[in-house]
Amino acid sequence: MLSCREMTEVCSAEMERPLRLGEQVSLRAHLMMCAGCANYRKQLKTLRRIMQAYAEGNATAVDPGLGKDG
Amino acid sequence: MQRPSSDPAVPAGASMQGISAEALLSLRADMLRFAQLQLRNTETAEDLVQESIEAALKKSSSFAGQSTLKTWVFAILRNRIIDHLRQAARTVTMSSLVNDDDDWQESLEALFNERGHWRGGPRPVAWPNPEESMQTRQFWAVFETCLDHLPANTGRIFMMREFLGFESDEICAQLGITTSNCHVILHRARLKLRGCMDSGWGRPEGAKC
Repeated sequence: MLSCREMTEVCSAEMERPLRLGEQVSLRAHLMMCAGCANYRKQLKTLRRIMQAYAEGNATAVDPGLGKDG
Repeated sequence: MQRPSSDPAVPAGASMQGISAEALLSLRADMLRFAQLQLRNTETAEDLVQESIEAALKKSSSFAGQSTLKTWVFAILRNRIIDHLRQAARTVTMSSLVNDDDDWQESLEALFNERGHWRGGPRPVAWPNPEESMQTRQFWAVFETCLDHLPANTGRIFMMREFLGFESDEICAQLGITTSNCHVILHRARLKLRGCMDSGWGRPEGAKC
């Protein structure tokens, strides 16, 4: 059974290449029991979405009136 | 300087009025911020932004709206940054890439216990509505600060991957490093960036930094 620390590496590898069968099985088994890693994995995907929005210039297209801080 | 072959085509449906210099110059500050984050060198950033604005002015089409112009100009800038990094990458040494994260072991120990499981505090909990937060300036301010705090080379490789959209194989090849080294660097970047976003935005109640 892989540790959470190792699982974070697998989650990052998943963003780069198809996982090997053994990795897929370990990941699935681990995520069923570990909410921390399930959240981590989801957050890596969110980070990618954020980066895409950032690259499209969204950060500078924000209407200051919309935010909580506006 | 050689003109990148990769400047984006003018978007279809553009009208034929020409781009106003004022409209372009109003984007300059934003462009500089982007370039500086990526390059971490003010002079180079200013040069590339200037070149991009000039390249945009030379094209004789205009755009339906401000956001289209912006997207297009940023694409020109992005291509110039890519070209620059491609050239610069050849002079970066392997050791400076892997060793620029001095406190990596400490960050790992802060997150995981001796058995490699999450410690209670840092264990990831679900983030509140990112799509909504992405509409606020505060969110982007935190995000830029977090990007800026990545170790320099780690941050650069992460930006090549996620901001400029290189595949990791291409990054490895350009930098002359192994795939596994490349993945390790991206993993470190993600772990750090996630942690920073978590304390700065994801759970502001427990913010520490």
